Amino acid sequence: MGKRHFRRILGQIGLYALVVVIILYAVFPFYYAVLSSLKTGSELFRVDYFPFSWNFGNYVSVFQEQPFARNLFNSIFVSFAVVVLSLFFGVTAAFALGRVQFRGRGILLLTILGVSMFPQVAVLSGMFELIRAMNLYNNLLGLIFAYMIFTLPFTVWVLTTFMRDLPKELEEAAVMDGAKPWTIITQVFMPLMWPALVTTGLLAFIAAWNEFLFALTFTLTNEMRTVPVAIALISGASQFELPWGNIMAASVIVTVPLVILVLIFQRRIVSGLTAGAVKG
Amino acid sequence: MSTTTRGTTTAPIEATAMGAATTKPQRSHLTRTRVRAAWIFLTPMLIVLAMVAGWPLARTIWFSFTDANLSDLGGAQFIGFANYLEYYDGMWFGVLADPDWWNSIWNTLYFAVISVTLEVIFGMAIALVLNSSFKGRALVRAAVLIPWAIPTIVSARMWGWMMNDQYGILNDMLMQMGFISTPLAWTANPDLVMISVVMVDVWKTTPFMALLVLAALQMLPGDCYEAAKVDGISPIKVFFKVTLPLIRPAVMVAVIFRLLDALRIFDLIYVLTSNSKDTMTMSVYARQQLVDFQDVGYGSAASTLLFFIVALCTVLYIYLGKVRFD
Repeated sequence: MGKRHFRRILGQIGLYALVVVIILYAVFPFYYAVLSSLKTGSELFRVDYFPFSWNFGNYVSVFQEQPFARNLFNSIFVSFAVVVLSLFFGVTAAFALGRVQFRGRGILLLTILGVSMFPQVAVLSGMFELIRAMNLYNNLLGLIFAYMIFTLPFTVWVLTTFMRDLPKELEEAAVMDGAKPWTIITQVFMPLMWPALVTTGLLAFIAAWNEFLFALTFTLTNEMRTVPVAIALISGASQFELPWGNIMAASVIVTVPLVILVLIFQRRIVSGLTAGAVKG
Repeated sequence: MSTTTRGTTTAPIEATAMGAATTKPQRSHLTRTRVRAAWIFLTPMLIVLAMVAGWPLARTIWFSFTDANLSDLGGAQFIGFANYLEYYDGMWFGVLADPDWWNSIWNTLYFAVISVTLEVIFGMAIALVLNSSFKGRALVRAAVLIPWAIPTIVSARMWGWMMNDQYGILNDMLMQMGFISTPLAWTANPDLVMISVVMVDVWKTTPFMALLVLAALQMLPGDCYEAAKVDGISPIKVFFKVTLPLIRPAVMVAVIFRLLDALRIFDLIYVLTSNSKDTMTMSVYARQQLVDFQDVGYGSAASTLLFFIVALCTVLYIYLGKVRFD
């Protein structure tokens, strides 16, 4: 009995040790970025494991040395617009795909799934031509348009899964009362769909916020860049003089809102990811 | 997997029960209006999708057969398969004859296989830990999500700083622990760059894998574990004989999902190692031709090849994943 008890305690210690290792592994790089962002000048070039100084100079200079406030605005504007548009197109399409049986539905879902697997590079030259033809080069509207290629299929796919699993009786009752499909969507499904909308909206937001390839290729001036591009292109006088303090401060500014969102909505995000991947 | 789809398999039974209850002519009228409404609701989405995906893809494929140049897309002339492969004056030209392209395919495959393998192993380990009960489990699950939430560019920059050859904390740690005696140039040394890229990618995407595996683990029936416990079977044996076969379908889908993602990787490599030959992937190669060298025809040929490689894998995914459309 004593031996078994001993082994259980040992197992518990092992488990908690593993947990600590996992937390350190997951959180340390971000912790170190915060730490570095608070150091200026020569302090940066000394390795510290614990907070040494609380100097917010980098957070000021990152806004002074480039139009970072403008870049932040660009990212927020583009991401919100992308979320709103993909949710609008997503909900209407998901109603059709999730609630109505019609011929060609399987092929449509297959196509949508296929598009979500598109490598972005595969459409790069065609998209470039299209954006220039619409006069949207170096314009945020061009980015919003281009981002639909990866947010829309995903949104439709996940919302269809959610929509499909809602009880049929609700809709039947509304149909008996003579409600039009649009009324059914807005009055019957939307109130039930909030969790799903929050989840997919959040995932679309994160995807748009993090996008790099299109933002890099379809914008030209500093003022039109989104934050990932701005951060990637922060450079110093030479390759060996990168302003690491500024880069880390910018990185922290961009990441903190996402981390907060993720901590608040972690359950929703996990359910959204599993609906998108495992179920699909 | 079976529990996930249970909700949908019962749906047709309900539907037939309902269908029997309603009178026939009324239903067919209702059905017709519903189908018409469905197409009306689908149209906006389909138009957008055709505009952002269908048309640009078709144009890219068309460009791959032309000598299009970035500064003059309109003046593109049809040149057949010359961008892909052409024999001219005793020499082979085109993407398929370019050693750099084959090198980038090799790099992409190498990166995809190694990083996804590591992600599966680590992801499963983390999922198993998160699946056991301990204090503060919700907190750990949130912490694990942090790397996933961090933008790829930011993680590339963060790790680029940590892996800095002179001031990086990674070299400092390894030296203090006595693993290395001199600092390593993680992002410059040709033998190390790929390892660095894999390291960052594994850090960033393991959470995704862990959460998907965790979701599969939490759907497993508890009774077979009870039985194994009563019979005194060792936990390792239980894992390989019971858990692994049960979660295999979910893991397979997650793996293929991740593989497809890894095959098109661009941003991490672009920022961490720029245009280094040692890490150049298919996406980086294609964009370099398209934008840096302005050769849209040639770059589009590379893009088109990448598209067909990924399309092939997608078909494999749909086939292996036994994706359901009902």
